[in-house]
Amino acid sequence: MQQFFQALMTGLADGSIYASLALALVLIYKATEVINFAQGEMAMFTTYIAYALLTHPHFGHTLSFWPAFFVTLVIAFVFGVGLQRVVIKPLEHASVLTVVMATIALLVILNGLAAWIWSPELKFFPSPFPTSTWVVGGVHISKQDTGVFGVTLACVAVLWLFFRFTKLGLAMRAGAVNPVAARLLGVRTSWLLALGWGFAAVLGAVSGMMSAPTNFLSPSMMQAVLIFAFAGAILGGLESPVGAVVGGLGLGVLLSMLGTYVHPVTPELRLPVALLILLVVLLIRPAGIFGRVVVRRV
Amino acid sequence: MRLRWGYLGFALLVVAVIVAPLVSTNYRTFQLAFVGIYLIALLGLNILTGFTGQISLGHGAFMGIGAYATTILVVDHGWNDLLTLPVAGIVAGLAGLAFGLPATRFAGPYLALATFAIPLSFIGVLKRFPHFTGGTLGKQLPSLHSQFGIDANPSVWIYWVSWIVALAMFLLAYALVRGRFGRALRSVRDSEIAATASGVSTSGIKCAAFGISAFFCGVAGGLFAIAVTYVNPDTFPIDLSILLLVGIVLGGAGSLSGMIFGALFVEFIRITWGPALLDLFSQVHHINTRAPGSSLVVYGVVLLLVLYAAPAGAAGLVRRLVTGRAAVAAWAKQDRTPADEQA
Repeated sequence: MQQFFQALMTGLADGSIYASLALALVLIYKATEVINFAQGEMAMFTTYIAYALLTHPHFGHTLSFWPAFFVTLVIAFVFGVGLQRVVIKPLEHASVLTVVMATIALLVILNGLAAWIWSPELKFFPSPFPTSTWVVGGVHISKQDTGVFGVTLACVAVLWLFFRFTKLGLAMRAGAVNPVAARLLGVRTSWLLALGWGFAAVLGAVSGMMSAPTNFLSPSMMQAVLIFAFAGAILGGLESPVGAVVGGLGLGVLLSMLGTYVHPVTPELRLPVALLILLVVLLIRPAGIFGRVVVRRV
Repeated sequence: MRLRWGYLGFALLVVAVIVAPLVSTNYRTFQLAFVGIYLIALLGLNILTGFTGQISLGHGAFMGIGAYATTILVVDHGWNDLLTLPVAGIVAGLAGLAFGLPATRFAGPYLALATFAIPLSFIGVLKRFPHFTGGTLGKQLPSLHSQFGIDANPSVWIYWVSWIVALAMFLLAYALVRGRFGRALRSVRDSEIAATASGVSTSGIKCAAFGISAFFCGVAGGLFAIAVTYVNPDTFPIDLSILLLVGIVLGGAGSLSGMIFGALFVEFIRITWGPALLDLFSQVHHINTRAPGSSLVVYGVVLLLVLYAAPAGAAGLVRRLVTGRAAVAAWAKQDRTPADEQA
């Protein structure tokens, strides 16, 4: 029982990291039908910015974790909006293939830049949570896992409130559902896409800063996480924000359980198993659990 | 007319291949051998990406599968290394089919997304079964040596082996894309709906293209293993898969001859061209141009600039310079590669 709950908590913590990155992917995918392959590297890069804020003195002193966390979120937002304006916007009328290639170019550039500026060696990234555990009914619950889970879901909840209850959120949803109609009604859809990139970058930064304390900081830290996030998003349905969160969490728990109870599944096989799950989901239910099946006229 | 230009171009290529080692140092000849190897991989990936319109971020792993097939056959079963090449291609091709069968049933971005997981999964599998693959340490092949009683420098030997195979694969790729099958590929790229309406099985075609491209990459991987005489899980990182895709875009997706530019780029950008380009800037700014990651930044930026300025790649640029046809400009504007380009 003890083992089960620990696997569950670790799975939920990992899963929430996948969920926030999966949600970032869905945000951009829903609005533009483009998979942003640079999403993971954007998250990695902003985590390095957090690292710089934490370790190098700016204006005379270094920041402690939470101020650095929030400053990083703001920087990530500006960074995301900027990337959309500078790199993606000029390709507005290009094919999806070209835009996807541009995001791959971004992936390469950000990966190279991080190695160039901060060196490719693994770095220690501090955790805001203690390493101790709570004992509830004989079960040890890690404060680190609980903290990661809580922070990530709080960020997702704030974003959901924004989309659900603000006028700007409504405009963004309208722009995603029907860009032409939204533009005719006076919504500036082009800028909304930039906003979408901004929010996606913020979610990525959260996932990066939450996974770095346990996985260490390196230019390739988010590559595997991005694939888990993809698999999570596919599992939930690439069209559905709720699906992305549930899919990400579900995948985290599933992998944690497989790692605990199925012995041939060693850590090296986490990715191949995720790939397998992804392929099986695509075969059985291509639209994911929460997705709608889009019927195309032939 | 077009056909005659194609033959002339291929004849020129053969002449260039014969002349190049005569005027090159051994080291340069060895590098050019890798251009031939990358050319094979790019020709294959181009059938999938350029002609069928499906992005793959995982074909470096199919090179890896071919390389491991060759290595295991040579080291553990005592095969002649050249005889392993067809097997390397077939093993990788079957792996490609096995992956493509579920993954290519879907339209849109799903395939690209799933392929991104292949290189990382491949590394995981290699490490999980060390008794078969050598695990993290990898496997060592016998040193490079000429065969059939030919007394040649190892660099020159591998150059000829690579380029003879590459030229043969070039002709094979040409044969594949010119006829009915090639038209089916392009119809899937240009409009899946129209292709389906014309009786083309889009998933079948995509799956076939995936298997064929993996076959090409497997052969390239086998040659790669013979040339570097050592494979381990880090030999085929995700960067290689991305670099192959970049080579396609730069050479000109949907153009066979463009892949020669692409292969030159893939071989030389990381160690030669990238640093040289950065050195130009370092005259002005004080930056460490040999730092890790710097060449990645260079080729990322080059890729972006190509996407903005010349979406049809190097082949498109040459075409525009040579023919000056307005049609090419129109293609570039629509952001589509020349539809009927052959060789």
